[in-house]
Amino acid sequence: MKTTELNRRQFLKTTGALIVAFNFFPTSSASAQSMVEPVADVDPKELDSWLAIAPDGTVTVHSGKVDLGTGVETALAQIVAEELDVPFNQVHMVSLDTAKAIDQGITAGSRTIERAGPQLRQAAAAARQELLKLAAERLGSPVERLSVANGVVSDGAKKVSYAQLLGGKRFNKQITVTESGWNMKVAPEVRAKNFRDYKVVGTSQKRVELPPKMTGEFVYAHDVRVPGMLHGRVVRPPTITSKPASVDESTVKNIPGFIKVVQEGSFLGVVCQTEWSAIKAAKALKVTWSEPPTKMPSGPDEVFTILKNTKSLRDQVTVNRGNPDAALGKASKTYEATYRWPFQMHGMMGPSCAVADASNDRVTIYSGTQGSFETRTSVAEMLKLPEKNVRLLWREGSGSYGRLGADDVSEDAVLLSRAVGKPVRVQWMRADEHGWEPKGPAQLDIIRAGVDADGKIIAWDFADRGFPLTAAYGRGLRLLASRQIGMKPTADGNSNGTQGGGEMYTFENQKCAAPLIPWVQADETPLRTGYLRAPGDIARCFASESLMDEIAADQKMDPVQFRMRYLGENKRGADALTAVVKQAAWQERPSPAPASSEAKATGRGVAISNRANTICGAVAEVEVDKTSGKVLVKRFVLSHDCGLVINPDGLKNQIEGNIIQGVSRALLEEVKYDSSGITSLDWTTYPVIRFPDIPEIDIVLINRPEMPALGGGEPSSAPIAAAIANAIFDAVGVRLREAPFMPERVLAGLKKA
Amino acid sequence: MAKILFRVNGKNQTVDVEPDMPLLYALRNDLKLNGPKFGCGLSQCGACTVILDDNAIRSCVTPVSAVQNKSVTTLEGLGSTKNMHKIQQAFVDEQAAQCGYCINGMIMSTKALLDKNPKPTDSQIREALAGNLCRCGTHIRILRAVKRASGQLV
Repeated sequence: MKTTELNRRQFLKTTGALIVAFNFFPTSSASAQSMVEPVADVDPKELDSWLAIAPDGTVTVHSGKVDLGTGVETALAQIVAEELDVPFNQVHMVSLDTAKAIDQGITAGSRTIERAGPQLRQAAAAARQELLKLAAERLGSPVERLSVANGVVSDGAKKVSYAQLLGGKRFNKQITVTESGWNMKVAPEVRAKNFRDYKVVGTSQKRVELPPKMTGEFVYAHDVRVPGMLHGRVVRPPTITSKPASVDESTVKNIPGFIKVVQEGSFLGVVCQTEWSAIKAAKALKVTWSEPPTKMPSGPDEVFTILKNTKSLRDQVTVNRGNPDAALGKASKTYEATYRWPFQMHGMMGPSCAVADASNDRVTIYSGTQGSFETRTSVAEMLKLPEKNVRLLWREGSGSYGRLGADDVSEDAVLLSRAVGKPVRVQWMRADEHGWEPKGPAQLDIIRAGVDADGKIIAWDFADRGFPLTAAYGRGLRLLASRQIGMKPTADGNSNGTQGGGEMYTFENQKCAAPLIPWVQADETPLRTGYLRAPGDIARCFASESLMDEIAADQKMDPVQFRMRYLGENKRGADALTAVVKQAAWQERPSPAPASSEAKATGRGVAISNRANTICGAVAEVEVDKTSGKVLVKRFVLSHDCGLVINPDGLKNQIEGNIIQGVSRALLEEVKYDSSGITSLDWTTYPVIRFPDIPEIDIVLINRPEMPALGGGEPSSAPIAAAIANAIFDAVGVRLREAPFMPERVLAGLKKA
Repeated sequence: MAKILFRVNGKNQTVDVEPDMPLLYALRNDLKLNGPKFGCGLSQCGACTVILDDNAIRSCVTPVSAVQNKSVTTLEGLGSTKNMHKIQQAFVDEQAAQCGYCINGMIMSTKALLDKNPKPTDSQIREALAGNLCRCGTHIRILRAVKRASGQLV
């Protein structure tokens, strides 16, 4: 296939995206859709808004979804190719451009394959139906007698290609569309292919954008350069609202290439001719900040006290069966435990970066944001412009694992550009990124459970106390720079999610709740709360699956058999558990393992999870150094059921990433802070896993082609810490109830034991 | 400002920059080579790795004046999508990236490793890449890609 023509990244390169002209709504483009005049908001009811067939047969898709390094560009192209019966390499996914793409909702929450997949599938099915109608006329045969292979329609005797039927022309076809964003239903009346006929879906197509990533030809958001572009850096205050009381420009005036210090509210930045000048100026600029109106908490203990003692905004009860309190009163034995999960960070490899031209009232932004349309809205509100005056061209950034500075940074670039009347590129420095990215917040999980005389759980009362997520979202929650210039949030923020508290199991008396605790900081400090991969679920699963393990051990039962007793109504859960223990060659016995006299003890632990309806079973095999307390995960086995699998190898790549990042979060990661601010400001103060400690990984995909395809971007993060905690207990009999599982915590447990 | 002459990917280049400026910005902004990436500016993550003479170095903390008259190889110097270096091809074959922001450092560190040790063991590879961070968790594939590039069984 002509991959050099069809690969999106090379396409971008050959069309000059490396040096991008800042024409607002340029009319020339290599795609067939260029004949369609771009409008501020594309109408999803027009089939032409979704896709176009070029004269060479290329299918151009204008998806409102972006690829955050997860491979969804490839997987979505497979879905379109399958439904249209065209070769996979003939489908070209266009990078999101808010002037040309349909708003399919923010790219987040492992919902792209689940939600945008069917939207694109139905649009492609509607296109196929139109093409068959045209072919029937052209060939003089009824539609029922037509078949399609490789974009060529045949009636058995005569043939005509999609390109001949429509190449370069519009469909001019209205389709049915109801609701919007993630919930948009596209052409539901059109019958899509039966999964039994799938040829492209379910195959491990290679990621289309990987070759240019390996050679430096790929254009990341960080690599966008536009004519006349200047360089900016931000200078952040101690808190969002502390104002620069004095700014001494004499400290930077003599830096070669210095252009301007930009100050608006508590937003402060510098613009220079070169990137190095901007870095030096931001560092050298002498600023005295006003006394912060809000102080940071002194440390984790203060945060956990807030979580424990503050009345919740709402309790978010997901399961409420029987009467757990009464059952606890009758139980033969009760168990109660509290689990602490720390603030953690995304730790994106490439600090947030955007290029913006806000020199006039038509604004263009290049950014790697997860929410292109949300960012457009935020910028428009900040500048008090109509949304149609703001155009965001998405370019892939560094992997983000949840909304963060990549969403905030567009506003920084816009403010700096407006101040100097030229396009400006801004990249955060490492300390800006570590310090100011929205963090996955701390959680406090409290469980009470009771068993009857036979050791059967009859009461389960689970409460996950967490903070609302309020940063880096937009749409009422305001991005960082908007807040710095004084715009107030108009929304409260959503919860950290509500799954993972033992809902996988059925107990006679069961309550699972996720009380939402108001965040007293109100995001005034760098301790901002945001969505971090599998938000909330890792902590909840760590708590619920640890206590399940604890009860199993106390009842002298094998932890797998013990769990199976409560999975009767959850076939997918039981299947995932069965699959993972089989792959792990699990040996049935109670935990802990018989004590060993060796300096290093080994153990295995199990956990299961359900996030976004994707089910995982996890088995960790660990080695604990009894002298140092260091935990090494030697092997990790994971079973994964996300319904229909679109691209098995792409999915495995995601799962491996979840496991490795999950091991890192479980063993090492905790944001450090005190009342002066965040003190984890680089990779030495916020260590993450490195090559020597990477475990062997073994993945079992449970494919369910009869089911809809569900997400794989984050669900497998959920059970990792829980399985490791249980494996540590198995190895050395130490039950850790606070993450990360640092050597000193293991040693403290060993001393007590 | 100072004129600095050095070789990049086999070609003589002169940049007129502040001599204390790290090499990374000369490569990215003056020479438009996007392979090396800014990750930390602290020599902690490896995203900016290039090869100076025969050694993998961190271009984010190496002053451009230190490479005067020396020879630098960047990711672009290994190969292109039309003509990939065997290491780049091995990374594609193993699908060894997710976001790929760290991949420049992984490939350049691998190049420096294999030039010195053409058949490294698994633990030698892990040690050689210990200073390169990957946040997407693509390590297993990267390890396989290095093995493949060295002609060893994956």
